[in-house]
Amino acid sequence: MPDQHLLSVRDLKIEATSYPPGEPPKRITIVDGVSFDLAKGKVLGLIGESGAGKSTIGLSALAYGRGGAEITGGEVKLDGTDILKLGKGGIRKLRGARICYVAQSAAAAFNPAHKLGDQVIEATVKHGLMSKDEARKRALYLFQVLGLPNPETFGERFPHQVSGGQLQRAMTAMALCSNPDLIVFDEPTTALDVTTQIDVLAAIKHAIEETDTAALYITHDLAVVAQISDDIMVLRHGKTVEYGSVQQIIEAPTEDYTRALVNVRQETRHEAPDQSKALLKVDNVSAQYSNGFKVLHGVSLHLCKGQTLAIVGESGSGKSTLARVITGLLPPSGGAITFEGKPLTPTLRSRPRDDLRRIQLIYQMADTAMNPRQTVRDIIGRPLTFYYGLRGAAKTARVKELLDQIEMGNGFIDRYPAELSGGQKQRVAIARALAAKPELILCDEPTSALDPLVAEGILKLLMKLQEEQQLSYVFITHDIAIVKAIADSVAVMHRGKLVRFGPKSQALSPPFDDYTDLLLKSVPEMQLGWLEQVLNTRRMASAGN
Amino acid sequence: MSNSAEAGGQPARSLRDRFPLAALILERCLLSLILLLAVSVLIFAGVEALPGDFATTYLGQSATPQAVANIRADLGLDRPVVTRYFDWLGGVVQGDFGTSWASRNSVSEQVGNRLGNSLFLAGFAAIIAVPLAIGLGMLSVHFRDRMPDKIINVISLAAISLPEFFIGYLLILYFAVDFGIATFPATVYQGMGFLERVQTIALPTATLVLVVLAHMMRMTRAAILSVMSSAYMETAELKGLSSWRAIVKHAAPNALAPIINVVALNLAYLVVGVVVVEVVFVYPGMGQYMVDAVTVRDMPVVQACGLIFAAVYILLNMVADILAIVANPRLRHPR
Repeated sequence: MPDQHLLSVRDLKIEATSYPPGEPPKRITIVDGVSFDLAKGKVLGLIGESGAGKSTIGLSALAYGRGGAEITGGEVKLDGTDILKLGKGGIRKLRGARICYVAQSAAAAFNPAHKLGDQVIEATVKHGLMSKDEARKRALYLFQVLGLPNPETFGERFPHQVSGGQLQRAMTAMALCSNPDLIVFDEPTTALDVTTQIDVLAAIKHAIEETDTAALYITHDLAVVAQISDDIMVLRHGKTVEYGSVQQIIEAPTEDYTRALVNVRQETRHEAPDQSKALLKVDNVSAQYSNGFKVLHGVSLHLCKGQTLAIVGESGSGKSTLARVITGLLPPSGGAITFEGKPLTPTLRSRPRDDLRRIQLIYQMADTAMNPRQTVRDIIGRPLTFYYGLRGAAKTARVKELLDQIEMGNGFIDRYPAELSGGQKQRVAIARALAAKPELILCDEPTSALDPLVAEGILKLLMKLQEEQQLSYVFITHDIAIVKAIADSVAVMHRGKLVRFGPKSQALSPPFDDYTDLLLKSVPEMQLGWLEQVLNTRRMASAGN
Repeated sequence: MSNSAEAGGQPARSLRDRFPLAALILERCLLSLILLLAVSVLIFAGVEALPGDFATTYLGQSATPQAVANIRADLGLDRPVVTRYFDWLGGVVQGDFGTSWASRNSVSEQVGNRLGNSLFLAGFAAIIAVPLAIGLGMLSVHFRDRMPDKIINVISLAAISLPEFFIGYLLILYFAVDFGIATFPATVYQGMGFLERVQTIALPTATLVLVVLAHMMRMTRAAILSVMSSAYMETAELKGLSSWRAIVKHAAPNALAPIINVVALNLAYLVVGVVVVEVVFVYPGMGQYMVDAVTVRDMPVVQACGLIFAAVYILLNMVADILAIVANPRLRHPR
């Protein structure tokens, strides 16, 4: 049988028209000559950095081009029929029935105006696959399989009434409802906290095994895809880099790029031996929002000169709020902050300019932290004028010097943020912080929006700068691998409280408190069968109780 | 921030946090009342500031200072403004708009009849215009940038560009004079049967529909188009839903707030702006009544009409605000 595969993609070519600023529109190729096969009930992981074309390939399985992308060549065969030749009506019968899609952000992909249950069964009922009652029963069953709370009443809720992890599972239920042959998962856990990610991952894995559905699983995290896939395809710039079984890709990658992806998280830094002389001291600091909601409860920690303090926690744990309190953006409601032995005034407004200069911030989204209408020269030059009164040639010389320090050439000086890649933008943001010649830089998840290899470059740069200029970092992250790679001391936060603080070797070794234990065990490891192991230990632990 | 949403866990939860919907609606109602009060002051002051005076107009040539003073005393115009205002307001609150200076009849009685006629005309126009405008708006999203969309746009734009009296005369020329299939003048009177009434007001209704259609239709189109690029519209498409169903079921409910607002504005316009159309078609409604009263400086009638128009305007906008609040699932179903 030539067509024993459920899905078979041959020489796929996808193009789009791009409109670069100030230039005539041009045709760009997003995906070029990609071929793969997927058998019934199997999972293929598509992995690559942003712009690799993995989502575009996933959507081509639904014969859909997002934002002007057009499938211009090749074939996508489902059970031997080329779905690209089906026409609008024909493809509509397949979507939501035989092929379903799970989007990255379920929060945006669910319609805020309708109940979850109605949205989950809509396609199934509209395609005439089940009656409304049958579909409701199926949804209830899926809610149970996916481990959603109160499955009987879950469908009655609106999207804004449930958490992000639950929404992602509801989206999976929506995709599974019609008993499809194939589901495309487009980074379903990327937007979630690690502790939530592991539950959703386990739920998805269990559900697709239970229902014997084939899946394309798209992600940029090799460790995640290793837990769920049978085969993996590594993509870069729209082309296949390597395509093989999970085992082969993880344990014996043949291409350099794949090897780099596999090894990306394996660096560790030796912590500084002496951590007693504090540069920054946060003493019993509490903070609340103007509506009276307490976000920080008596946090105490310190950081020494030339060292890195990593603050770890999930979203809502108060880690970014702590950074805002240190900068003075949010005045604390209690406690004190001292810098080089002298107290910092609580509000930004009352701080002397020199105190402002000594503490700088780098944000998660370099995109939104820069004025899109300013050139790199203006962005980096602003603090030079503000703190040092530099103008004209002296300013330009210093900007060039800073561009050198962040390993970007002078050629970038007149570019706008839109003309820079994500990694380059973050480097410019670092240069802007360096321009003030600070002693402390607060880094608020500066790498979490970046691809792993780009993020690694940024981390290396930060470490190099630290060594050269004796900088101290407060590094906020939710990624334990980053903590291992850069930190001297670690603070773990949970729900506004500090649950753990100390030198890295101490903070990250047992005995653990419950939360740190959960956090550490939730981080996907580049190892086959890791997910099963974790789930087994959990099951044993709960059986033992 | 997700943090602030969790603030509800604390014991000291205000009523506002517990019933956000009721609190918001109550707030709207209170605001409307205050606004209405402010408008009543403005109307009273405005009428007070109008040049000319009833006594002089009424007496004409024989306006001796003594006669003018007598009439002024008769109507109570010699009392201080503030006293007269509160007197008037006290009456209005009890539904008494005073006595017409010209006809010496109760204003409330006359207005009641006229208002009924105006509301009938406006209501009939609204029943046709609102569903038609929203339907056309959704159709033009469905066919966006193609022929049907362009035709709908051009015709509705042409209709809004022509002044309503012009449209009125055009309709009279073709349908009443040339083809003779409609009645003119559109004068209704008491004891007329419903069907006869509807037939009589066909032309003014058509005029009003044409005037308000474009505005509502274009707003519907713009509001729905702005949600078409949302991620959940992509979800709808990837679920294999038809484009029409996606628009009606998934886009429209999320575009409701702006649509409701523009519909309310146009309904208010139908009631308040009906003046010109009523005059053109000799229709015995509020508009014509007010125009007549202004010419003879019959202040109690002018004030009554002004206040009623203002009340209709405020009421419709308040209803629109409340509907827009209710249409938001986040407020209807708090966490």
